[in-house]
Amino acid sequence: MEAAQPVAEAVRQPTAPPRQKTTDRARAERKLAWLLCAPAVIAMLIVTGYPIGYAIYLSLQRYDLRFPDEKEFVGLSNYVDVLTSTTWWQGFLNTMIITVVSVSFELVLGMAIALVMHRAIFGRGPVRAAILIPYGIITVVAAFAWKYAFDPTSGFIAGLPLISDTAQPLNTHNGSMLVIILAEVWKTTPFMALLLLAGLALVPDELHEAAKVDGATTVQRFFRITLPLMKPAILVALLFRTLDAIRIFDNIYIIQPGGALNTESLSILGYNVTINRVNVGLGSAISILIFIVVILVAVFFVKALGTSTAQQRGET
Amino acid sequence: MTHTNKERALWGIGILVVLLYALIPVVWIASLSLKTPTQVGDRKFFSGFSFDNYEVIFSDDTFIAALVNSIGIASIATLISIVLAAMAAYATSRLNFTGKALILSGALAVAMFPPISIVGSLFDMWRAVGLYDTWLGLIIPYMTFTLPLAIYTLSAFFREIPWELEQAAQVDGATPFQAFRKIIVPLAAPGVFTAAILVFIFAWNDFIFANTLTSTDNARTVPAALAFFTGASQFEQPIGAVCAASVVVTVPIIIMVLIFQRRIVAGLTAGAVKG
Repeated sequence: MEAAQPVAEAVRQPTAPPRQKTTDRARAERKLAWLLCAPAVIAMLIVTGYPIGYAIYLSLQRYDLRFPDEKEFVGLSNYVDVLTSTTWWQGFLNTMIITVVSVSFELVLGMAIALVMHRAIFGRGPVRAAILIPYGIITVVAAFAWKYAFDPTSGFIAGLPLISDTAQPLNTHNGSMLVIILAEVWKTTPFMALLLLAGLALVPDELHEAAKVDGATTVQRFFRITLPLMKPAILVALLFRTLDAIRIFDNIYIIQPGGALNTESLSILGYNVTINRVNVGLGSAISILIFIVVILVAVFFVKALGTSTAQQRGET
Repeated sequence: MTHTNKERALWGIGILVVLLYALIPVVWIASLSLKTPTQVGDRKFFSGFSFDNYEVIFSDDTFIAALVNSIGIASIATLISIVLAAMAAYATSRLNFTGKALILSGALAVAMFPPISIVGSLFDMWRAVGLYDTWLGLIIPYMTFTLPLAIYTLSAFFREIPWELEQAAQVDGATPFQAFRKIIVPLAAPGVFTAAILVFIFAWNDFIFANTLTSTDNARTVPAALAFFTGASQFEQPIGAVCAASVVVTVPIIIMVLIFQRRIVAGLTAGAVKG
């Protein structure tokens, strides 16, 4: 697992051969390694580290591009303004709803698709090709496809049987959230399915055969053997998808431009304040708060992953 | 293993459901792109084959410029990202050095980084240094945000390469460069190519940087241009034209996916699970 790998590397280090002899070689190797890594590390630091630092600085200023002369240090007051506003909490709630609902559906759907592909008797190729289309398609394009599918005058959804001809989900808050979640689930389930498929491949067939001999049903084998053994793979997939869903932006921007009907996510809120209203100080405070939310969620998952891999190592 | 007809039928249905799931939205935009304005409201999947919308977008300078920007920016960002990542991946998969774990965790952190947290700063910085609304202004963030993906995918592939072959070739009289070019390059090429596809898809897909760091045809890419598409009047959304443009940028991705499906799947899972 990605998170466990560096830890494993770090543990392996101390078993290096005796010192004096290899010093020169080791030193040369280390120098070469750092030279090779330097450009990538520098690029990542310049493009993420520096701007985040700059955003922290800006978040402590009153800085509105419409009134650049009034720029001054205001301490944490931007943060107070954001955290006491209803828009922040509405955005927070929307983001959490979208994340939890879409990632849950993706897990179930992705698992179903992974099982279909894993046990495929025939047709594995076409299925794999088909699910890569949502993965590869531009998110903005996918959002347009769903928006136009639900459009009350030109969409095909309202014309389907069992659905009212006058249904206009895009004119209500709940309906819009549903369409946004649907577009998100459609586009990202394939990624989940592929990660789960790789996890499924790691479950040894012998265990299933042995359980079958002992009389376990298919359902029992899935819940007692497959799922527990796949726990690390599931956590990695959930980690990537959760952090991705929290950043949701493109879908909402297209389906409800500007986050209309209270569909603003945190990223849309940050965009509206920083880019549309050019209030860079306040917008930067929102940016930093989003950054903190992402860190907290990431730490939670990495901890969970650590305990789950440790448990597995202890058991086997 | 033998399978009953019932099992075969069940798999057939499963496969059909997955195919419908993946294709319906794509077929829907394709269908809308082929409709005339009077047919747009008919809610049918197949109502005619008019290429008017394609003529409209291909005579639109904004769309052509966006297409050129998208192709150019995504390609250059991919090239630089792969070169930098290949160097770093070689180091992390082949060499022993302190700080390796730090570099790998740093890359993981960048992969999880929320772009919205820095668009405000980049917007301000790029305007100050003259990178706002330029190709380079987008190439830099794309290259950086694809580095983690490229590093993890490439190191997973590099770990599988039997590097002893290089020494074996040298023992047999090959020069170090020959050994590298004739043995290592062909072995590494598929992995590098796979990583390049994944990175390209990422850069091609981006909307948030393209939207915030550009303002004109100078550097605006297709996703951002699509969002700002306007019809004859500002109240009329040009559904047909948006769909035609969408189809134009989706077709290359579908072709790529069909040709390289095995590689893409291997790359995606190698980076995440084995990495």
